[in-house]
Amino acid sequence: MAAAGRGRPVLEVSDLATHFLTREGVVKAVDGVSFAVHAGEVLGLVGESGSGKSVTGFSILGLIDPPGRIVAGSIRLKGEELVGRGEAAMRALRGRRFAMIFQDPMMTLNPVLRIDTQMIEAVTAHEAVSVKAARARAVEVLGLVGIPAPEERLNAYPHQFSGGMRQRVAIAIALLHRPALIIADEPTTALDVTIQSQILAEMQGLVRDHGTALIWITHDLAVVAGLADRVAVMYAGRIVEQGAVDSVLDSPIHPYTQGLIGSVPGTARHGARLRQIPGAAPSLLRLPPGCAFEPRCARAIPVCRAAPSLSRTPDGRAFRCHNPVPQGAALPEMPA
Amino acid sequence: MIAFIIRRVGQALAVILVMTVLVFFGTHVIGDPVWMMVPGDATQEQVEQVRREFGFDQPAHRQFLAFLRDIAQGDFGRSYVHGGPAFALILERMPATLELAFAALLMAVVLGIPLGLYAGLNPEAAPARAIMAGSILGFSLPTFWVGLMLIMLFSVMLGWLPATGRGPTVSVFGIETSMLSLEGWRHLLLPALNLALLKVSLVIRLTRSGAREAALQDYVKFARAKGLSRRRIVGVHILKNILIPIVTVLGLEFGSLVAFSVVTETIFAWPGMGKLLLEAIQRLDRPLIVAYVMVVVMLFVTINLIVDILYSALDPRVRLTGDTA
Amino acid sequence: MSAEAGMPGAEMAGAGGLGRFARRFAEDRVALFGLVLLLVIAGLALIAPFIAPQNPYDLARVDIMDSRQPPGARAGDGFTMWLGSDGVGRDLVSGILYGLRISLAVGLVSGLIAAAIGMTLGLVAAYAGGRTETLIMRLVDLQLSLPSVLVALILVALLGKGIDKIILALVIVQWAYYARTVRGSALVERRKEYVEAARSLGLSHARTVFRHILPNCLAPVIVIATVQTAHAISLEATLSFLGVGLPQTEPSLGVLIANGFQYMLSGKYWISFFPGIALLVTIVAINLVGDRLRDVLNPRLER
Repeated sequence: MAAAGRGRPVLEVSDLATHFLTREGVVKAVDGVSFAVHAGEVLGLVGESGSGKSVTGFSILGLIDPPGRIVAGSIRLKGEELVGRGEAAMRALRGRRFAMIFQDPMMTLNPVLRIDTQMIEAVTAHEAVSVKAARARAVEVLGLVGIPAPEERLNAYPHQFSGGMRQRVAIAIALLHRPALIIADEPTTALDVTIQSQILAEMQGLVRDHGTALIWITHDLAVVAGLADRVAVMYAGRIVEQGAVDSVLDSPIHPYTQGLIGSVPGTARHGARLRQIPGAAPSLLRLPPGCAFEPRCARAIPVCRAAPSLSRTPDGRAFRCHNPVPQGAALPEMPA
Repeated sequence: MIAFIIRRVGQALAVILVMTVLVFFGTHVIGDPVWMMVPGDATQEQVEQVRREFGFDQPAHRQFLAFLRDIAQGDFGRSYVHGGPAFALILERMPATLELAFAALLMAVVLGIPLGLYAGLNPEAAPARAIMAGSILGFSLPTFWVGLMLIMLFSVMLGWLPATGRGPTVSVFGIETSMLSLEGWRHLLLPALNLALLKVSLVIRLTRSGAREAALQDYVKFARAKGLSRRRIVGVHILKNILIPIVTVLGLEFGSLVAFSVVTETIFAWPGMGKLLLEAIQRLDRPLIVAYVMVVVMLFVTINLIVDILYSALDPRVRLTGDTA
Repeated sequence: MSAEAGMPGAEMAGAGGLGRFARRFAEDRVALFGLVLLLVIAGLALIAPFIAPQNPYDLARVDIMDSRQPPGARAGDGFTMWLGSDGVGRDLVSGILYGLRISLAVGLVSGLIAAAIGMTLGLVAAYAGGRTETLIMRLVDLQLSLPSVLVALILVALLGKGIDKIILALVIVQWAYYARTVRGSALVERRKEYVEAARSLGLSHARTVFRHILPNCLAPVIVIATVQTAHAISLEATLSFLGVGLPQTEPSLGVLIANGFQYMLSGKYWISFFPGIALLVTIVAINLVGDRLRDVLNPRLER
């Protein structure tokens, strides 16, 4: 909300399309995605598994491997175009200008290398500093993410840490170079609820203090509600709705967003009943020609068989729907 | 850690005991050892005399205990053919065999790991397919025939390398080795290559499947997200993970290299204990066969122990369980 | 994520499964080539007496005057010895065709016996459990920890020469692989529901094992069988080459190669070379088929 008017965004993604050319056909994992993140802002990227939210994250880092390829669109980091850059140029940015945190902390740290090795190499990959200086930096960020006695813990192997501690180490590695952007791919789903909330709070504080832009990829609307400033909802490779987190969660415009909110226990509001969205996510190989959600949508009308274009509301929300959910008294100025 | 080692040593002793029983059974019960020790035209009296002299008239369990006692003292009897103590004969030939097996292992690693890494990281590339096809050929080739062909090509036709024998040796800390002179290597090259052939294919396949699996792991993607160079990711993150199964398997395969050196040593007239064994088998020199089997079993058991300890040194997760045990 | 679509489980139950299995096998051209090669080799070995120019066992037909002739030379009897002749004047083409018969027969017979013994023991271990299982599996471990070539060498040293002794030695070095594999799959299959169902129908133990568990263990056994047969053929050749395997009266490929060894250093390469090529091609063909079978039959390694 507040971030929206703050000058040039840290990251600007427009019309991004990432396809996988498989033997069975073209999988359009990401197809025409646009969004922006500003400094100090948290964007929640929400969707079911297979909706393309992780592929979006990997596309930004330039970590899409064949048969996948970015086929169209642009990704700009502080105005610099990233699409089409060579691997060496991307490697120089990864970990320094933007960093990524992964879902399963049990898998992201190399089990046979000590923590210090894995942190020092991340420093020296980008800066010609001595091992001693790199080590000092590692100690500093480990302290920052709340690891007690970081000097000693550096000599440990990943298996000697708990899941939450490992994720803190991964976050510390992401923070080593004070990147402008951090992409976090469901980093708390594998953790206990209490540790989850601790890490969420810490991340929120770190982002605010350093002015880092944060993209938080998740399927969990509750996490988004507590953490994000804005939210983008993805379905079958497209963003179907985005806007400020409070207004989207309070009064969803897209029927899919409404369905998502309705199916999450505890986030259902205004007496809405807990229910499942009927049917299953479509195969990305054979998407319906129109709105991808049309076959499952209770509000589908004949015109939904044609692809809906992007509509905007006066308060800065955007959605793709021919027959949006009627808005309640909260937003009387909404167009029909 | 100490408890772990004690337990492993206990297991090793048990294996040696079982093998001793099997060897005793094979040599004393299946065949009558007396007939191997007397001339073909021996009279009944001579046979009985030998039988008493060597204690073969005793009940089986008494013979076994005597056999055990002798072995414990390093006494495997005297070779019928060579005359000297069998155990000493084997030990004398052992360094040559170990040198050959070690050189072969080295070749297998030096050739196999880079090829396997390449094939694993570029599975669709044409050279990778060629490497994999070559590895099928590699483990299909009969060792002895390849040995013949190597001699044919490099010694008879091209005349580059000697076909037989071990080159001059240099003594280092009391161990005779031919690895420190050019002439020594010229002699070592063909037999070592011959022996390495099977293991090269094995190393390629292990490395390839390990690299393919490791490349898909999250820690590799995370390492890329950190901005590490490809060389560091492959050379440290992937290699260190796949080295664990490779070291384990290669350690265990060292035994089979020693066993297969019987073939290679025979072809290349390499003066190791394998060649000695084959001569012993052909001449039915029983004490020598028994001594060889027992020495090799002890060698295997020792190697397995070393591999276990190496394994725990390489994999920090194992080390931890070793500490708590 | 693209892998979600079209992941067929590699079950080979029923005729439809068999058809799909054959199609998947044939997708790999190299493996198909291996299979055709193997069938041709087996066919040649089978009809050797009808196509060989000479019966190498018939001493009346073998002329010492023809010995050590280079490839393409004309024999005293008038036929051309395309691959030359060996040290006692045998035509090498005939020698190889007859040698293939022996090599393949030894490999197959020892493989079948080892499979029968190993599978039985493996099933018994999985089904009986307890002490029986421990005893069998300890034996398997011991057997597998010793290199096969060494075990075989020592065994023939104890048993003596002869085709029956060689087969016995090969059976002893092979059975443990089958036992281990079958026990492993049987343990998995045993827990599955249909065994419970079969038991509740009042079927006898033996019937449950042989009609229900065994067919489901077959896929890994087929893979092991190809690898082990290739291995057995190679091992027999090795033993024969070392002079502790088959006698001169039963000249397998290994015996032929051994016979050429002494002429090698004088440049008469063909006596060892051509039988070796025949041996190599046979083993490669079997391994190509086995490698593909492993990929097709193992659902975990799919793609």
